[in-house]
Amino acid sequence: MAAGLHALRPVAGGAAVAAGLAALILGTLAVVAWHAGGLSGLGPWDWRAVWFTIWQAVVSAALSAALAIPVARALARRRFPGRAALVTLLGAPFILPVIVAIMGLIAVFGRNGAINDALRTLGLPEFSIYGWQGVILAHVFFNLPLAVRLILQGWQAIPAERFRLAESLGFGPRDVARHLEWPMLRAVLPGVWLAVFLVCLTSFAVALTLGGGPSATTVELAIYQAFRFDFDLGRAAALGLVQIGLCVAAMALARWIAIPAAFGAGLDESRHARAPRGWRVGMDALAIALTTLALLWPILAVSMQGLPRIASLPPEVWTAALRSIVMALVSALLALLMCLTLALAIARGRAAWIEAAGMLPIIASPLVLGTGLFIVLRGWFSTDAMALPVTVMINAIMALPFGLRALIPAARTLRADYGRLADSLNMRGVSRLRYLTLPRLARPLGFAGGLAAALAMGDLGVITLFATDQPTLPLKLYQLMNSYRMADASACAVLLMAISFALFWMFDRGGRLA
Amino acid sequence: MLEFRDIQVTRGDFTLHADLAVAAGERVAVIGASASGKSTLLSLVGGFLAPDRGRILWRGRDITDLPPGERPVSFLFQDQNLFPHLTVAQNIGLGLRPDLRLNEAQRTRVAQVIEEVGLKGLDQRRPANLSGGQQSRVALARVLLRARPVLLLDEPFAALGPALKSEMLDLLARIAAETGATVLMVTHDPRDAVAFAPQTILIDQGTAMPPAATGPLLDDPPPGLRAYLG
Repeated sequence: MAAGLHALRPVAGGAAVAAGLAALILGTLAVVAWHAGGLSGLGPWDWRAVWFTIWQAVVSAALSAALAIPVARALARRRFPGRAALVTLLGAPFILPVIVAIMGLIAVFGRNGAINDALRTLGLPEFSIYGWQGVILAHVFFNLPLAVRLILQGWQAIPAERFRLAESLGFGPRDVARHLEWPMLRAVLPGVWLAVFLVCLTSFAVALTLGGGPSATTVELAIYQAFRFDFDLGRAAALGLVQIGLCVAAMALARWIAIPAAFGAGLDESRHARAPRGWRVGMDALAIALTTLALLWPILAVSMQGLPRIASLPPEVWTAALRSIVMALVSALLALLMCLTLALAIARGRAAWIEAAGMLPIIASPLVLGTGLFIVLRGWFSTDAMALPVTVMINAIMALPFGLRALIPAARTLRADYGRLADSLNMRGVSRLRYLTLPRLARPLGFAGGLAAALAMGDLGVITLFATDQPTLPLKLYQLMNSYRMADASACAVLLMAISFALFWMFDRGGRLA
Repeated sequence: MLEFRDIQVTRGDFTLHADLAVAAGERVAVIGASASGKSTLLSLVGGFLAPDRGRILWRGRDITDLPPGERPVSFLFQDQNLFPHLTVAQNIGLGLRPDLRLNEAQRTRVAQVIEEVGLKGLDQRRPANLSGGQQSRVALARVLLRARPVLLLDEPFAALGPALKSEMLDLLARIAAETGATVLMVTHDPRDAVAFAPQTILIDQGTAMPPAATGPLLDDPPPGLRAYLG
């Protein structure tokens, strides 16, 4: 088999990465499961965490999806200056560090925030951002934009001819909704709900900062508490086993409900037929204005507080920033290397298990992986020695599904368009990489690298498991918050946000210019 | 001599048989109804498709298991013959070394073929800034430069207008003569076959017939070909 022989090398690379990945993730999960020794060690407190995890994820997802409908409809049928910028802005929360958004929400909804100031003035009871309501608020803040983008894609997938036909038949807005929009929403909403549900199921940083206590502890947070406060590895592992079960069950749901891709094409066009006039204009304007406000206000609030103090941040914050940048870059390069190898092998087809291995990180939550790796490595390394490498590795792994989603279609197109030409010219190995693969895949590679770098930069997850004297920037920020140095924490948040966006911009821009 | 020895390839409900030989230096048209297997025949020689049975030999040497780039073959595809992100000179230079590490003599050679196909001064352009005819010339320049003994053409000029196409066929004939290449050219236009190829392989009902003289074959076509020509 000539073609078979020739195909061997790239597929072997992909198979090696996939096998390593599967061994690492499944091996770690197996260690967790074995160490857990069943679920008998879990008390009522732990089961409350399980219940809360499911409950808050169901509610957060439902709220995000429901609130997203009017916003997506407004964006789909209205054209206004700044619309493209707003659609881009809706993508920003994905790379916004969770801890920064939380600082922003505290600045607006916290005890001294504008909302509670207004409530006090009106003589109404205060709103507390700490507790289950804060957790859900933060989840909606993060996932509403995602839901809007997904639903907007659904709206724009309705062919313009349908709207023209509806118009020619004299449909009013109600008829359009009934015959065109509701059928689309019925098809799209379950997937949107599930996408948000999955994100909220493994929520850690939000629960860590805004939740806690018996009524607002997620399983991930309970793992952290069992690990750090009780140093009860058996219970941490048992909780990890529960978390794996939750993720697997959610993925089983995904067998029936297709999750739409978050970064699909076509967010910016296909002209909509004549949009309805009258009171619906005001309603759409309101939906768009409220969304913009909800997105920007927290970020602006924390920026106003933080910006003036950046220059006077203590040196250990700058050290942490530098440490985080290096870690994010290493993590992004690792993720890119794995993504590219996997995507090239997947593009050659015939290896479904390689693709499955690339998607494994979805069922493994960072804290579960962290617990497992700690159990495996503790015989050889001190906590301090493993903290940063384990964090870098897990962040790289967690970025894989997103990177692959960007790279696989591009790699398939590349192979279909230029695979034969490159084969016939005997382009292989480094030459092929340099003159074909890298230049043609520069854009998705830059995008994937930017995502990986920004996610790693802002991550406040696994690192919290390790009592390390080498904090990352998000961990440093969390420590400042915990010691009530809110002014410094705000400045630190601005710095972290700026670096995360800058990292994403550099990679993405680099890919576009290449 | 290029030999197809008892070749059989099946993909889904499509099967192609070929048991024939093409003399070295011959120019052969490959004709047949659409989806009859013309491209399949070329892919077998090019190494993009492995036969289920049978061997392919070039000058007595079995090339069936060689990867595409190590075969004595240049291939012009229907489209995507150039890398859009590389310059004309780079696209052509790849024909000499896939890693583009050209020495002085090789660079001179690239400049020569660029001039020979009439693209002087355009060597730093990218394909997007060339006309369709110029793009074909770049691909042909690379064929000239590689000078592989077998040249496979899968309707590379189909998108060009008639005048431009016959110009390209002339250039192609010159290059084939210069390199002494054995040419297999897929076409659906009998006039191309008459103009360019003294011999023709007819593919009919899953079988590639041995090459026959083009003129008589088209003057007195067998039933399958007659139905196709209309």
